[in-house]
Amino acid sequence: MLLVPCPNCGPRNSTDLRYGGESHARPDPNTASPAEWRAYLYLRDNPAGWLRENWYCASGCRRWFSIERNTATNEFRDPPLPGDKRGGAA
Amino acid sequence: MAGLAGRLRKRPPKYSAAALAWKGLRGQSWPRVWRDCDLQRSYDAVVIGGGVHGLATAYYLARNHGMTNVAVLDKAYLGSGGSGRNTAIVRSNYLTPEGVAFYDRSVHLYEQMAVELNINVMFSQRGHLTLAHSDSSLRTMHWRAEVNKLGGVNSSVIGPDEIKKECPSLDTSDHPRYPIQGALYHPPGGVVRHDAVVWGYARAADHMGVEMHQKTEVTDILCEGGDGPDGKGAGGRVTGVRTNRGDISTPIVINCTAGWASLISTMAGVRLPITTHPLQAAVTEPVKMFLPTVVVSGSLHVYVSQTDRGELVFGASVDPYANYSVRGSLEFTEGLAGHVLELMPGVSRMRILRQWSGLCDMTPDYSPVMGFTPVDGFLVDVGWGTYGFKAAPVSGEQMAEAAATGRTPKLIEAFALSRFDNGELVGEKGAASVGH
Repeated sequence: MLLVPCPNCGPRNSTDLRYGGESHARPDPNTASPAEWRAYLYLRDNPAGWLRENWYCASGCRRWFSIERNTATNEFRDPPLPGDKRGGAA
Repeated sequence: MAGLAGRLRKRPPKYSAAALAWKGLRGQSWPRVWRDCDLQRSYDAVVIGGGVHGLATAYYLARNHGMTNVAVLDKAYLGSGGSGRNTAIVRSNYLTPEGVAFYDRSVHLYEQMAVELNINVMFSQRGHLTLAHSDSSLRTMHWRAEVNKLGGVNSSVIGPDEIKKECPSLDTSDHPRYPIQGALYHPPGGVVRHDAVVWGYARAADHMGVEMHQKTEVTDILCEGGDGPDGKGAGGRVTGVRTNRGDISTPIVINCTAGWASLISTMAGVRLPITTHPLQAAVTEPVKMFLPTVVVSGSLHVYVSQTDRGELVFGASVDPYANYSVRGSLEFTEGLAGHVLELMPGVSRMRILRQWSGLCDMTPDYSPVMGFTPVDGFLVDVGWGTYGFKAAPVSGEQMAEAAATGRTPKLIEAFALSRFDNGELVGEKGAASVGH
């Protein structure tokens, strides 16, 4: 089982959390061009390596946080940063 | 007489019973089926990925369009990725009219394949049951059945009694936690021997002059004129590929990879709407035949079929987080066993022999991304998610047409990368075998 280090609850089984996908800063909807908005909605880097991503600690503190994980080896890089689902560290 | 002679020339009886006896008695070994070639400096087209999609594309480029100066590059061996890791199910009972027409063509090509490629692909059209355990899933089954009928696909909703008749080992009582309320029954669905499909396409493409290069890893795609660094990106043009065995110049590069689709496309400066998730599968010890159809339950996240050898082959939903590792996990096996036992309590004493996983490129709408990209000469046949194997023949046929003619064939217009710019998504999640 993948152990996800929640900044509030410590290491938790990945089944206790919900995966939020890649962490990208959300463009301002008032000023973003349609192309920027579509890129934010759909396009992904999907690297085979270090990736900053969002997790929701559904069975624990019920907070979103962002963390870097290596998608090839499943290692986490410390420390996790508290954040929100709209992307990036808070 | 001339017709008979023509047929004999077209399909040399290399693998007949007589040839088997002759070679067996004389102790002869069989010749290698495809050549090992030196890498040329230039090709008319380069296909990246030597799985069923890449090989089918190369085969149809040669057969339908006369393009034989084609190289298929694979960083490992032919069929080493999803082509050898899928659960070999073929069906066309999809949800969208675009999907139904597309996959129906694929089933049609699978039906002809054994004769066309002269290899026993063991296509067993044993019927395909998609179980519904709730009112809402039963509603989706009715919806799919109606779309299927309009597309000319044999598909209908049946009740628990008929399910029991088709598949007596299923628990159709009201005892389980999620009782079976009905099913979408799709008689033409079935299973194919997936390795034979790889070998058949590889052999046929090789006969026509296509070169397959194994252990040849693409490290970069060479472009010019694009708006990104090194001439990559939108508005540019492909000039060649860089591999671990040297550079190749080519005007056409077709990305037929699964799992590495994003990484290969990034080499040409094209970002894709794809995240890569592993999908795990498992197989049990062999027993006597008792499961006549393919059984799928979206609510219980499981699909199962029995091979001709008698093993049960299971698959489940993709892992919940993006990942490039193909390691199995215990929670998958535990969850799978629980779900299978709820469907078929009778298999509780069977043991799982092994489990494996393959990489699935998931798109936001569960439909593939096919055709041209903003980089001229760079085509993609990616984002297959969990549908890749069943679509291999038709994808090869359509991608070959796109690459050879420079126009997008009608059958795959709906799957273009530009659909994400235009907001014309082809939502196929409702036809997924399992929840995601």
